Amino acid sequence: MKRLALILTLLMTMPMSVLAVQPDEVLSDAGLEARARQISQKLRCPVCQGENIDESNAAISRDLRLYVRERLVEGDDNDEVIDAVVDRFGEFVLFEPRATGGNVILWLAGPLMALIALIVAWRFMRNRAQVVSPRAQLTEDEQKRLDELMRD
Amino acid sequence: MIAEFGHFALLLAFAVAIYQMIVPMIGASKGWLGWMDSARPAALAQFGLTALSFAALTVAFVTSDFSLKLVYENSHTAKPMIYKISGVWGNHEGSMLLWVLILALFGAAAAAIGGNLPPTLRARVLAVQASIGAAFYAFIIFTSNPFLRLQTPPFDGRDLNPLLQDPGLAFHPPFLYLGYVGLSMAFSFAIAALIEGRVDAAWARWVRPWTLAAWLFLTIGIALGSWWAYYELGWGGFWFWDPVENASFMPWLLAAALLHSAIVVEKREALKSWTILLAIMAFGFSMIGTFIVRSGVITSVHSFASDPARGVFILGILAVFTGGGLTLYAARAGEMTAKGVFQPVSREGALVLNNVLLAVSAFVVFVGTMWPLFAELMWDRKLSVGPPFFNKAFTPFMIVLAVALPFGAIMPWKRAVLSRSLRPLRMPLLLTAAAMLLIYAVSTGRSAIAVIGAGLGVWLILGSAADLVHRTGNSGLSRLWRLPRADWGKAVAHAGLGVTFIGVGLLTAWQTEDIRVARIDQPFEVSGYQITLRAVDEVQGPNYVSTMARMDVARHGRTVATLFPEKRVYPVQAMPTTEAAINNGIFRDIYLVIGDAQAGGGWAVRSYVKPFANWIWLGCILMALGGLISLSDRRYRVAAGARRAPVKAVPAE
Repeated sequence: MKRLALILTLLMTMPMSVLAVQPDEVLSDAGLEARARQISQKLRCPVCQGENIDESNAAISRDLRLYVRERLVEGDDNDEVIDAVVDRFGEFVLFEPRATGGNVILWLAGPLMALIALIVAWRFMRNRAQVVSPRAQLTEDEQKRLDELMRD
Repeated sequence: MIAEFGHFALLLAFAVAIYQMIVPMIGASKGWLGWMDSARPAALAQFGLTALSFAALTVAFVTSDFSLKLVYENSHTAKPMIYKISGVWGNHEGSMLLWVLILALFGAAAAAIGGNLPPTLRARVLAVQASIGAAFYAFIIFTSNPFLRLQTPPFDGRDLNPLLQDPGLAFHPPFLYLGYVGLSMAFSFAIAALIEGRVDAAWARWVRPWTLAAWLFLTIGIALGSWWAYYELGWGGFWFWDPVENASFMPWLLAAALLHSAIVVEKREALKSWTILLAIMAFGFSMIGTFIVRSGVITSVHSFASDPARGVFILGILAVFTGGGLTLYAARAGEMTAKGVFQPVSREGALVLNNVLLAVSAFVVFVGTMWPLFAELMWDRKLSVGPPFFNKAFTPFMIVLAVALPFGAIMPWKRAVLSRSLRPLRMPLLLTAAAMLLIYAVSTGRSAIAVIGAGLGVWLILGSAADLVHRTGNSGLSRLWRLPRADWGKAVAHAGLGVTFIGVGLLTAWQTEDIRVARIDQPFEVSGYQITLRAVDEVQGPNYVSTMARMDVARHGRTVATLFPEKRVYPVQAMPTTEAAINNGIFRDIYLVIGDAQAGGGWAVRSYVKPFANWIWLGCILMALGGLISLSDRRYRVAAGARRAPVKAVPAE
């Protein structure tokens, strides 16, 4: 299966040009074009190895780039365009996974880990700081004696 | 004949490694000096044998000996000599041989210069190092033997992947491996210390230079890879959060954390067990990196050799060493008693924050990289995690790190008073605010990346300068040159990080791009530069055919540069590559790419103006240079670890 995918990739990339976005794809409306580029950078080329469709030379990426632009010209907003592509190719094409289902863990992993690490580090440092206070090393009797002395 | 000689040397090296991992370890536990000391000649012999084996493979590549399967598959007679040599490690088998060569080199270096290490520690370090070696020799010999012959040698080879025929990528793997494998020394020291049950300042003084060296090489290796991607892939990106990039980035982050926490062990005898854990994890992640690249479990643009059987073998090695290391850690870490005491607001506290941020950001990269695999196993969801995720999830930690760094770097050990530490930083704070305002003013209407990225970069650079000046105390700037090299190394490395921040921020925010059909001699304008396509020619290279354009770049009517962007086809592999033409400048790169001839005449052309692009790699060079300066500090040159160093006096403030 993997070999097949590789062969397909090679077949698709080889005869194509070495440029990704072709001049004839570019929309005349600069605002729409900028949005198309933005969207393209979030979509993964379905047959390549980890390239987005904006950078990929594969034929299917060109089709997808044209499709994205088509939809934008028809007046879709960015999310609608992305939804339409995901409907066809599945969430595999999303480089930014949606925070649904188990993916919530992915998005929360960093912040949660940071929180835990900070709490652990803070408690550790409080411990290290407390050792320094000489009071902690005095026994009860010594403390009593010290208090007496201080009172005088 | 020479290949069989290399093959035999490799088998002998394997045998020596097995001896070196068992005998000195027994000697150390029984107290037999002879057994312990036999580790040193063994380490040297192991390196010698592996070097012979590597030399034999190199000879096969240089002389184009196509009776070797590996040479046939990865070389070609028409290939330039430098790529015949780099072809030795431009494939799976050869690169693993390079890996063990460097592993043996580090072991031999520890044996050669480790004369004043306590004998039991030295014996155990070398034994652990040899056990890693033995595992990888077995991996090479049983799954990836580079010395296999072909029954009938063909006339010519299948050539090296054209993408790898490039100066940047030729030296990218050796540096990465020096980094990965350098971390194996930290690992070996950590395991040896756990077996000994003893970690002290002298131990940290031994571990730190190895970690520093490993980190420095990783920095260079990653920078080379990123620079290659910038000019070779044709759109001038410098970081893609590709699994293979992440595989090298995680050890880098952990090595950075380790070399900071080792300072605390060295100077203050605190954070011992955490430092041990980091050392185990840093090398563990080096092996995870190898696993990701070699197994092909996660698809990537870069993985040029992936094979499930090999993946399983490496996973086994990974499980044994990381799992074993962590088990040993769990059993023995309790014995590491910390001595130094400190307040949360202190240099120690700042370094703890540094470690939290670096370790958590490495964790984020790890989770993001492994998530597609995990989601498929757990829920059968096929999904992707790419740059948009990492940019959002990773960047905040780097922002906090950059904000906090100058404050932490200037704080005294043990106990700091925030207001006093702030005083020398007032000027940098003011200037940073001014710089951010300036950047905001010239980039209205654009994203905040420029202001935050470049602003933090300025803050890091000025903060480092203020730290140096602060260290001279009242005796004036003339003392600046007499400061310890460690102080200079620290300042240069931190300023380098700032330079990289500026490069990333301004390039991302200010880059301009133009895609068009260019006709011969009809100029067009891209952010103030007039670009003219003059000619397009077919050029024959040594092992490729090139379509080469000649393009003039002018500004205000004066010629800035004539550039020759190419697209090449390597007929042996039937593969096209782009060779962008770049006019490098301190403040901007002009980056031109030639595409296909268009049906209606003219050529597809992409032009970019990329502000401050070179600052990204300049910053990496400065970081590596800072590491080098720090490595040359007097305390490492003067008989490291020979005697317990007197604790450095802490300034009275």
